[in-house]
Amino acid sequence: MTTQPLRSQAVPSKDAQVTLPGHSPDADRQSASSYEEAIRRFTGARVLIPGRIKLNIAVLIDNGNTVPISIVVIPTPDSLSNIESIAVFSERNPQHEVILLTVEPGHSSTEVASRIRLATSQKLIAIANFEDNTCCSDEVDVIVTLAACLEGDG
Amino acid sequence: MSIQTLIDLPQNIKRGALIRIRVSISHPMETGYRRSSEGERLSRNIIKRFSCMLNGASIFSADLYPAVSANPYFSFQHRAARSGELTFLWEGDGGFKHVERVFMSVQ
Repeated sequence: MTTQPLRSQAVPSKDAQVTLPGHSPDADRQSASSYEEAIRRFTGARVLIPGRIKLNIAVLIDNGNTVPISIVVIPTPDSLSNIESIAVFSERNPQHEVILLTVEPGHSSTEVASRIRLATSQKLIAIANFEDNTCCSDEVDVIVTLAACLEGDG
Repeated sequence: MSIQTLIDLPQNIKRGALIRIRVSISHPMETGYRRSSEGERLSRNIIKRFSCMLNGASIFSADLYPAVSANPYFSFQHRAARSGELTFLWEGDGGFKHVERVFMSVQ
């Protein structure tokens, strides 16, 4: 089941009312651009370098309420700079910001893990900023069969 | 409702070892986007910030948004250089604040 049947369920019954901001086609376009803006706000004018970060997440997700993710950052021959901060952004959650992490100063590699919610099938990006004014990112496409955020209370 | 936390550290930590610290806390992380069965919007109640300090110096911190699951869980690494007191601090909506302290012994 994708978001399509959920959206059509939302119309008739008062009890089953599930409204989620940013789900008309117009709002989708809007959220796609501000997804990029949210990313730009984090990276600023940094130079993008390839290959230092990996976002680990299941591609097919049965339950969007609790999705394990892990982020691995390693040094490469091209870049040994220390990590400043790590962020995860979601393309189509109500808010693009998912999590922002600051690791122990003075480290060029790390592995962090958490559990997040996903409202629908979408893109997810992990970005690491480094002290030498570079950044790197890893973007993945995920399919969510049961969405988070939509169900009412009981 | 009492707040429950889980803090997992390895035993017998050797100096210089890279260790994994795993932490979670009981919290609903109400997003502010859901509605009750009566159709009223449920107000947001999330933890906004988590930090872990060793002898007062930050070794990990996180800004949380509604997309973080209920009972927020974090796993992170630390290079064990010395023994000390680990302080875990959670802060959130409605003046939520919870602190746990654990002594970490490094041999």
